[in-house]
Amino acid sequence: MASTRALCRLAASRTAAVRPAVFARTFASVSDTKARDPISKAGEALAPDASRAPIPESKTSTVKEAAPTKDAKMKTFHIYRWNPDEPTSKPKMQSYELDLNKTGPMMLDALIRIKNEIDPTLTFRRSCREGICGSCAMNIDGVNTLACLCRIPTEEKTESRIYPLPHMYIVKDLVPDMTLFYKQYRSVKPYLQRTTPSPDGREYRQTKEDRKKLDGLYECILCACCSTSCPSYWWNQEEYLGPAVLLQSYRWIADSRDEKRAERQDALNNSMSLYRCHTILNCSRTCPKGLNPALAIAEIKKSMAFT
Amino acid sequence: MARLSGLQRDVLSLYRRCLRAARAKPVTNRGHFQALARNEFHKHRAVDKKDFSAIEYLLRRGRRQLEMYEEAGVRDVKV
Repeated sequence: MASTRALCRLAASRTAAVRPAVFARTFASVSDTKARDPISKAGEALAPDASRAPIPESKTSTVKEAAPTKDAKMKTFHIYRWNPDEPTSKPKMQSYELDLNKTGPMMLDALIRIKNEIDPTLTFRRSCREGICGSCAMNIDGVNTLACLCRIPTEEKTESRIYPLPHMYIVKDLVPDMTLFYKQYRSVKPYLQRTTPSPDGREYRQTKEDRKKLDGLYECILCACCSTSCPSYWWNQEEYLGPAVLLQSYRWIADSRDEKRAERQDALNNSMSLYRCHTILNCSRTCPKGLNPALAIAEIKKSMAFT
Repeated sequence: MARLSGLQRDVLSLYRRCLRAARAKPVTNRGHFQALARNEFHKHRAVDKKDFSAIEYLLRRGRRQLEMYEEAGVRDVKV
């Protein structure tokens, strides 16, 4: 943060001092709007590789619906497109116009309709269309969410923009590369670890209170919406596990039947894996299932502080 | 030879890793793996050396492919 602040100051001072008098402007038409942006925005401007910024929709064509009826409710969708078969081509924003009367209520319905009727080359993951598989996670209108749980805003004037999950390598169009995410998930050993058999040789049982501790944890579908909304995860993807994986880790730490609690905590006890969480709380805000990964991370931290 | 940039060295080291991985395969099929590696690199010779994002993408894809072909279960490829 300190460095971006310094950069901001640099930018501000330069525009003030170096700009020659010929280009001096009155305050009403300040051209260097970036200098007045809040610090948080300066980080955004620095983050993505400039050469990889998608070509804006104003420079690409709009694909329209074949035969719009009279009282059609047309809405525009700007969708991020990138084709790996032409690695030298830049990503671009493609616009599609859809009649909302003929489209289902959810964003996923719109995407499926585009793929079926307008542009079969559009690529995205989808499976259950009811928010239980976590395949269709993407960034819709600036929020990471599941396309199948996100309603299309019905007003026609606002245009929807759909991007893949932020700060992930892209396989194609809206499909991110989740290899690292799944590797991290595997690293927390998400399965029951026990050495002692159950006392009566039947299944491992737990009390209702112990079971209750897992509510709000077991529902996670690993859509990666939370992890990819976390700035800390953006900058330290290699080492920091991210909210989704830490929530899963806590699900096994909290399980009364698991006997490797100490080992699990030990594995997290370094500066990167867990403690890169700075309680930014983007994860809890964005979770499409309404879970609270930040609380789980806080519980892990607490349990490690008191052991 | 001119001093290579970091990215150029990455590309070369990936190619070297591919050839080295080919050496771990059965003798009769070694040539196939070498030809495959050569072929894959050859396909993208035309990429501009200043086009960093494309090269980085191709590197990532190459590493993923290498990881898959490296596995002991893969004994032969047809190019």
